Amino acid sequence: MEQNKMDEGAWSPYIAGGLSGLVIIVSVLWTGKFFGASTSFVRSAGMLGKAFGPERVTHLEYFIRYLPKLDWQLLFVIGIFVGSLIASLWSGSFKWQGVPDMWAERFGANPVKRGIVAFIGGIIAMFGARLAGGCPSGHGLSGMIQLAVSGLIAMIFFFVGGIIMTRLIYYRGDR
Amino acid sequence: MEMLIFGLLTGILFGFLLQKGRVVRYDKQIGALRFKDMTIVKFMMSAIIVGMLGIHFFEVFGLVQLMYKPVVIGENIAGGMIFGLGWGLLGYCPGTQGGALGEGRWDALWGILGMLIGAGLYAETYPFLMKRVLGWGYFGSLTIPQLIGVNQWFVIMAFIAGVIAMFSWFEKKGL
Repeated sequence: MEQNKMDEGAWSPYIAGGLSGLVIIVSVLWTGKFFGASTSFVRSAGMLGKAFGPERVTHLEYFIRYLPKLDWQLLFVIGIFVGSLIASLWSGSFKWQGVPDMWAERFGANPVKRGIVAFIGGIIAMFGARLAGGCPSGHGLSGMIQLAVSGLIAMIFFFVGGIIMTRLIYYRGDR
Repeated sequence: MEMLIFGLLTGILFGFLLQKGRVVRYDKQIGALRFKDMTIVKFMMSAIIVGMLGIHFFEVFGLVQLMYKPVVIGENIAGGMIFGLGWGLLGYCPGTQGGALGEGRWDALWGILGMLIGAGLYAETYPFLMKRVLGWGYFGSLTIPQLIGVNQWFVIMAFIAGVIAMFSWFEKKGL
């Protein structure tokens, strides 16, 4: 954890988080939009699906509920990529890396192994997010801000599931 | 069109802050699930308390419209748990992994790909889930103040006090 303290260009998470809270307030006042992310993956999946089997997509009920089109949230998710790119290039913390340090310490530096697990994790996580009705942005940030019971329950179980999985895969600790 | 631009701009601001707060990385996300580094919790809770105060303040004057998900206990718990298990494998969330890619962590691409497939898979199984699984434990729109029958400001103050106590504990423990 010593290296974190020498991480130049980093802001205190309290400050960066607090400022994000202000961004949320302005966003809701201005456009009425609360933060969320996982619906965008549904719309994007629908758009990709249309390229391969347009018939199938138009008949799936879920894609009728969430039409495969660009909307505020999808652009918001793309914006996160752009914002992070700007911040990391500006402060010189951009780093081309395919295997995270903590992962490499425990499971080795093989990017294929990391890629397979990340891919499977992505499938499971998104399926769960859609079932739950949101992800740590929609349920976590937006739900908790509004004191929604659904947000609180989902948030607790996001962490319960996450803690269980990391216990399982890191059970022997770092090597 | 205007909405799309607002979405992009809001995303850029949020992505910038996420990267500055160092919360998009695998090591930080998994670090929190392993109780080694609470950066993401500090960021998230700071954003929540600021947003909570602002949103409820403006709501008193009718300037914002609350918009949160209904309580469906079965979905919130099972979905939350499944999301968490996937999150523990992937180490990125739907909203922040674009930011991870933005700072060069390209293993996030596998997560994004997996999430697109996960969303498609959910759309495919939705008709079946609709019939057999969804809707279990439906309580509709419900907030924590409504649930326990007290004034919202009381809950907000108690929440903020709890979060500040948690923060000071994190700092004392060097998390």
